[in-house]
Amino acid sequence: MTATTKPSSALGALTRNNTFLGFLFLLPAAVFLLCFLTYPLGLGVWLGFTDAKIGRDGIFIGLENYQALASDSVFWMAVYNTVLYTFIASVLKFALGLWLALILNENLPFKSFFRAIILLPWVVPTVLSALAFWWIYDAQFSIISWSLIKLGLIDTPINFLGDPNNARASVIAANVWRGIPFVAISLLAGLQTIPQSLHEAASLDGATGWQRFRFITLPMLTPIIAVVMTFSVLFTFTDFQLIYVLTKGGPVNATHLMATLSFQRGIPGGQLGEGAAIAVAMIPFLLASILFSFFGLQRRKWQQGGQD
Amino acid sequence: MTINRRHLLGASAGLVAAAGLNRLGLTPAFAQAAPAYKPEAGAKLRLLRWVPFVPAEEAAWLANTKKFSDATGVEVRIDKESWEDVRPKAAVAANVGSGPDMVMSWFDDPHQYPDKLVDVTELGTYLGGAHGGWYPGLEGYAKRDGKFIALPLCAIGNAIVYRDSHMKAAGFSEFPKDTAGFLELCKAMHAKGTPAGFPHGKAVGDGNNYAHWLLWSHGGKMVDEIGKVVINSPETLASVKYAQELYKTFIPGTESWQDVNNNRAFLAGQISLTANGVSVYYAAKKDPAMAAIAEDMRSVNLPIGPVGQSVELHQASTVSIFKHTKYPEAAKAYLQFMYQADNMNAWIEGASAYCCQPLKEYAANPVWTSNPIHEAYAKASGSLRPNGYAGPLGTASAGVMADYVLVDMYATAVTGQMTPEDAIAQAEKRANRYYNV
Repeated sequence: MTATTKPSSALGALTRNNTFLGFLFLLPAAVFLLCFLTYPLGLGVWLGFTDAKIGRDGIFIGLENYQALASDSVFWMAVYNTVLYTFIASVLKFALGLWLALILNENLPFKSFFRAIILLPWVVPTVLSALAFWWIYDAQFSIISWSLIKLGLIDTPINFLGDPNNARASVIAANVWRGIPFVAISLLAGLQTIPQSLHEAASLDGATGWQRFRFITLPMLTPIIAVVMTFSVLFTFTDFQLIYVLTKGGPVNATHLMATLSFQRGIPGGQLGEGAAIAVAMIPFLLASILFSFFGLQRRKWQQGGQD
Repeated sequence: MTINRRHLLGASAGLVAAAGLNRLGLTPAFAQAAPAYKPEAGAKLRLLRWVPFVPAEEAAWLANTKKFSDATGVEVRIDKESWEDVRPKAAVAANVGSGPDMVMSWFDDPHQYPDKLVDVTELGTYLGGAHGGWYPGLEGYAKRDGKFIALPLCAIGNAIVYRDSHMKAAGFSEFPKDTAGFLELCKAMHAKGTPAGFPHGKAVGDGNNYAHWLLWSHGGKMVDEIGKVVINSPETLASVKYAQELYKTFIPGTESWQDVNNNRAFLAGQISLTANGVSVYYAAKKDPAMAAIAEDMRSVNLPIGPVGQSVELHQASTVSIFKHTKYPEAAKAYLQFMYQADNMNAWIEGASAYCCQPLKEYAANPVWTSNPIHEAYAKASGSLRPNGYAGPLGTASAGVMADYVLVDMYATAVTGQMTPEDAIAQAEKRANRYYNV
């Protein structure tokens, strides 16, 4: 910046200062972030170090909440469930979502129509789809059990939400059904950015369909996959509504996730400090998955199919 | 409801006299002097209540409220929240010191923020004296250190509902009164293909009712008088073993049941015996297709165990006034008005056996004899025992219930995930985390 000939206007000088202007334009966003992200997050972390109850301010108790959680079998069950739930659901969502995206990328009849209805599970409010699944998994009135009984394949209804492993599988299936559209549509968008000429060239060179997928589609799609799967993992890890409607964490905490346990202890249970501590305990897992995708999946070497 | 108010008032002359005198602002000679609360000028009130279970209950409450507004000029706004959401909302209102002036809350809520509530000892003592006394269990929820921090409002009664014809088909002419006979009945009904079912899942109301009945009927308790966890006892072990036997007679899948599952299964004829509020009867009665089920339904109190008396949790509600209200006198006047005999009786009647009276005098309400199904629900306030018996109420007792410690204890044992001893030991450990702060 060159100095102006009219130093009398300090404001004028300031508005011509790029650094200041930049700061000025950033200010609204910064204030927004501070108020609605940093403050609640900081408050949550702080609450985790206190014995706050609903209706009563807490005092600082250091790591006591975390020590108590460390020896709490229900908490560890929730951690195990959350990791298992996130891992299996994310892998399934990725595999099925990618498959669906590849199908939708072909020249199908009624392409737009199919692309639109694929989004339905994602568009329907979670609570509504969870209620539908609740009926599907009902101990007495399950449509699946009913059909299988009518077909003569089983004698008694399947105990979908009563048996711990059945319950885990059932909630994962519901989550996968809900999450596939997000993965599929996002990956479809990615697929359409891959130039057709690359595929044509590869075909001329005699590449098979698998080779074209392996050496053209996948590497070019990796940046999108990284972003989509990061979001997908985050959504799955913090899932709450589905579990809360289907099982409330039952049977005997077999499907309790960290988010649902945090709520159960923090709000209905009134143990705000401990609920916050459970929520804070989710942060390392979330950070790890973000770091993995941003520093791992976006490496050029990985994208090109090489190793470190 | 088939009985109208005229009929009700005619039924007990003493009641009418008391009510009439109160309305004229006079004091009946046989009661102690009624406190007189003069609403502040320009007072406006907001009450946060749970979403009503029966429309007629809400209608009666609103009609009473309107009468109060007409008489005093105090406008009362009533906000509704689903019953599980009342707790956090009320707690936040107490914490930040704004929001509703009064709250109709559940269980030990007033004990979570006792210093944020207006002392209503004067009103509570007067109402108890004037209307035959409070039921001790409900009074326990409203009192702290000898002072009323809330007024007991009602117990939402829980009772066994069963299919009479199915019981008779199982070889029982009348319903067993004790836990041993009850087990035999459930076994016989199971053998006939008309099983019982009680929720072992995360059913906030029904699951806790069943678990607490199992524990208390066998003489077990979570904590002693000073709040020391004493769940690990021979009595508890007996109750868990009893629950295991009972569970074998249930329809499969009860460990996943939430609050509505037993209603659904009962109304679909999948189970022939469960415990529930009176709602399940009205659901059957409302639907012409279920007339046969409604006709065949009977209700009875849960059987008496080794402890020798009828003890149950039920759902208990109280009304409290927040200290942050600008109009405490108006709020007290409002509550006093709502508890007046004619108003309270109209409300209890409107609730058609969902809400069991807090004051003994109102046990004479004709709603309880208007339908034989109601009879079992009339005794709810009498058999009610506060949560966290026999210890003090507060965050620990509320936390233990909200964390399903007792429900989980029975569920882990009956499903065979743990031995009864291990399940009890785990419950003891979990309860200790709440009581040892």
